[in-house]
Amino acid sequence: MGEIAMTVNGKEVAAEAEDRTLLVEFLREGLGLTGTHLGCDTSQCGACLVHVDGALVKSCAMFAAEAAGREVTTIEGMAGKDGTLSPVQAAFRDQHGLQCGFCTPGMVMATAALLQEDPAPDVPRIRAYLQGNICRCTGYHNIVRAVLQASGQDPDRALAAE
Amino acid sequence: MYDFDFVTPASLAEAAAALEDPEAMALGGGQTLIPTLRARLAMPSKLVSLAGLAEIRGICEDDDGRLCIGGATTHGAIARDAAERFSGLAGLAQRIGDPAVRNRGTLGGSVANNDPAACYPAAILATGATVVTHRREIAAGDFFQGMFTTALDEGEIVTEVRFPVPRRSAYQKFEQPASRFALVGVFVAEMADGAVGVGVTGAAEEGGFRWEAAEAALAARFDPAALEGLSHPAEGLISDIHGDAAYRAHLIGVMTRRAVAAAA
Repeated sequence: MGEIAMTVNGKEVAAEAEDRTLLVEFLREGLGLTGTHLGCDTSQCGACLVHVDGALVKSCAMFAAEAAGREVTTIEGMAGKDGTLSPVQAAFRDQHGLQCGFCTPGMVMATAALLQEDPAPDVPRIRAYLQGNICRCTGYHNIVRAVLQASGQDPDRALAAE
Repeated sequence: MYDFDFVTPASLAEAAAALEDPEAMALGGGQTLIPTLRARLAMPSKLVSLAGLAEIRGICEDDDGRLCIGGATTHGAIARDAAERFSGLAGLAQRIGDPAVRNRGTLGGSVANNDPAACYPAAILATGATVVTHRREIAAGDFFQGMFTTALDEGEIVTEVRFPVPRRSAYQKFEQPASRFALVGVFVAEMADGAVGVGVTGAAEEGGFRWEAAEAALAARFDPAALEGLSHPAEGLISDIHGDAAYRAHLIGVMTRRAVAAAA
């Protein structure tokens, strides 16, 4: 048990936590940032994805103590302060890239990480990159369209080229 | 998850000292161990984090031209930073798990765990790599000792794996699509002296092994056609819900031929 301090969405935060506290628990229960979802409990679904020092990680497979002193970005850090959606979020809305929305925070964080690596990914690359994100509404097709739009590509043209 | 103390050592020496405690466990990137802890399948009193140890992270070359990869190097870093010098290994690392797993999971953690369907054993066996710990060096053939079992002693830390760099190599994996582990994975390496190594993973209960009949055929002629008429026996291979032993034996042949064709 001890105090763990890190930067979350640009803000310095600190909270008491047990050593066994997962990063996802620290975010949700310690800081009240419940946008990061815990889907599967077995580290397979990707709903809990966040960025730690810019890298995509599963917050259910990392201890809060391992993120001490580091910069964490969650889904709450994606929109502008006035609520303006980020281009990735806006693309998910435009393309109906969500149904129940449970997997969406992880999908958005994964997409943002992909576009950092590859600003204009093709469809196979998008599908490969999102392998670790499960959508139980099976809305993958529109999710791929959303990623295409977010990367400035025309989804209809890119998919016609497949 | 059972309770434990989380220890963040500042150096390899401190990590080794902390792991002298028989109740302590080493934590690499945690992509296997943390889910295992959450399922209450392990109960260490102390977790010693190796992920932050800069002295066992990164890639360099030794005087013999071997690629030396630190135990705390992530799969993602290997995929990126080994691509130029050892494309076969970089390609293997690039297909482990998913992007988030590759950002955390480490070479040393995977090797120490020795999951029978993990990818690295195929490359380590095929190239005759050396596993280095903070106490000694262990040859590939001596290191892997059966499912989830290695030559490592209690508290021994994998600091590095030294890979002789092949002339050409490739890894082909037939994925179990839910876990993305290998249903069967084959690493083929043509070494600088013309010898050929064929390492197989995912197929056998005891974990990775070398397919010596294919090695001999490929040493004579490094071409998929050299494997014609050669098949791996099904005896001793895994039969489970995902595929029976005969299917896995067939996949060994297919993945080997594909790896030879893809070798660069």
